[in-house]
Amino acid sequence: MLEPGAAVRILRRPAAKVCLGILIVVAAAAAFGPELFPERYREPGPLQYAPPSWQHPFGTDLNGRDVLYRVLLGARISLVVGLAGAAVSLFLGTAYGLVAGYAGGKIDNAMMRLVDIMYSVPRLIFILIFINAFDGHVREFAARLDWPWLVSYSRIVILIITLGLIEWLTMARIVRGQVLALKERSFIHAARVLGQSHLKIITRHLLPNVLPIIIVYLTLTVPAVILDESFLSFLGLGIQPPQASWGSLLAEGAQSINPLKIYWWLLFFPAVTMSTTLLALNYLGDRLRDTLDPRR
Amino acid sequence: MLKLILRRLPALFFVLFCVITLTFFLVRLAPGGPFDRERKIPPAIEAQLLAKYKLDGPLWSQFTGYLADIARGDLRLSTKYRNRSVNEILAQTLPVTFALGGLAFLLATAGGVWLGTFAAVRRNTVADRLAMGGALLGLSIPMFVVGPILILVFGLWLKWLPVGGWGSPAQLVLPAITLAIPFAAVIARLMRTSLLEVLNQDFVRTARAKGLPDRTVVYKHALRVAILPVITYLGPLAAHLLTGSIVVETVFNIPGAGGFFVNSILNRDGFLLGGVVIVYCALLIVFNLLVDASYALLDRRIRVDA
Repeated sequence: MLEPGAAVRILRRPAAKVCLGILIVVAAAAAFGPELFPERYREPGPLQYAPPSWQHPFGTDLNGRDVLYRVLLGARISLVVGLAGAAVSLFLGTAYGLVAGYAGGKIDNAMMRLVDIMYSVPRLIFILIFINAFDGHVREFAARLDWPWLVSYSRIVILIITLGLIEWLTMARIVRGQVLALKERSFIHAARVLGQSHLKIITRHLLPNVLPIIIVYLTLTVPAVILDESFLSFLGLGIQPPQASWGSLLAEGAQSINPLKIYWWLLFFPAVTMSTTLLALNYLGDRLRDTLDPRR
Repeated sequence: MLKLILRRLPALFFVLFCVITLTFFLVRLAPGGPFDRERKIPPAIEAQLLAKYKLDGPLWSQFTGYLADIARGDLRLSTKYRNRSVNEILAQTLPVTFALGGLAFLLATAGGVWLGTFAAVRRNTVADRLAMGGALLGLSIPMFVVGPILILVFGLWLKWLPVGGWGSPAQLVLPAITLAIPFAAVIARLMRTSLLEVLNQDFVRTARAKGLPDRTVVYKHALRVAILPVITYLGPLAAHLLTGSIVVETVFNIPGAGGFFVNSILNRDGFLLGGVVIVYCALLIVFNLLVDASYALLDRRIRVDA
């Protein structure tokens, strides 16, 4: 399904090239930017709410911290949560879809009914309760095992797992649909007649064939998870200070909009960075899907 | 239709039961109690407080007691807003959330269907690309960015609309638009894909061949079939709107249930948290049932009760 030429064909469009370029720049900036940043601007400085200047291209915040530096750190957390959360949802959704589609009949019916139900409950609300319930326990657990990294990153780990736990539904549906069509094909029948185990048929024959569509939906899940994370952090229930993600930066920015004084740069720069990244991801995902699935 | 509803009823109660159970135990799993303060309360007073809020005794009997209370329609007392019952708080805040969510629901569906149709009819023209580019943009900008931007432009610079708050219809406009935009974008994309598919079908060709004007073909014949995927999305849409309203209420300072929900998590106010979640889920479950029923009415070929 995904012939080698597909990627090239997609990139022939100028807009796709721009999007890919943006993603590479953002990813590189998130990965290396904070380290390359001039050391004296990394700490809170004396300049409160300084507008953008050559010294601070994105301005400074309430504590005199450089907003560019904070946006770069936020990009790191947002991207890591987005990628890792999407990876979790990929495993869950693929496994679920493969089993449901392959089993078929009543099992398939029941499994898909569960997906329908989960679609219609406010999942993010349950995530909020989940985080609240488990954060303290994870930290306690990490302290007992003497894992300092898990103590400081417990929120991020929980966010990755829980967001992965809610974003797998679409993936499961798509994979199941593909498997339903694939399993009637003769090579699957042949494998069955040859006496291969169900597990082998699923992993060796079905999985490689649904892989392209999985990759496409992975590109569309990453922005969804980033958006979810920013939603939680915006409410103050996701990433906690002093760590920052795009969502928590935007929360600070949104508070700075008031009739008395408008510190627009606190909202503008995180918003533009985040929106362009999401737009680029969504656009490339859409193009990939259209190329793979000409029916749409 | 009545048969469909009756058949679904047991499953619905089961889902609701799962929601209640999950919420109850997850809230209890969180470390710390609702009465933990900086200063330790004397044990006797704490015991009395726990008894008043029915938080004493073994966990299992607390749970069964809670279920019994809910069955009677009593969502218990809030542990933070002392002496106010959860029923009372919800009675005050839910109408606010529903007014906002309902308007956003109408805006998202109407706007999305219109934009999607607009784009599909002009397939592969500049107008189509612009419309779909706009939809992609709407999907990619989070609500808590759109909200402050709208406040800045229409509230602070142009001074056309109030910045926030609650009470007058004018204060409803900006929040509802903010809440509706991403979902209008989703619906527009759904609508365009579906309408393009339907426009290629035989019955549309027949309608064209017998000389019907384009408008009639699209709006009277094709749209009726093409709108079905949008109807299926209405259930998840309601869930997303309720979640989204939490953020929009925060941005625009609207005294809806969303703010109480966030605070109830921070305050470990278990019964208020449970109340909001249970009522939200119950409403969504009922709404989904209605959507399924209307689906059967719209498309006679689909037998939902099968």
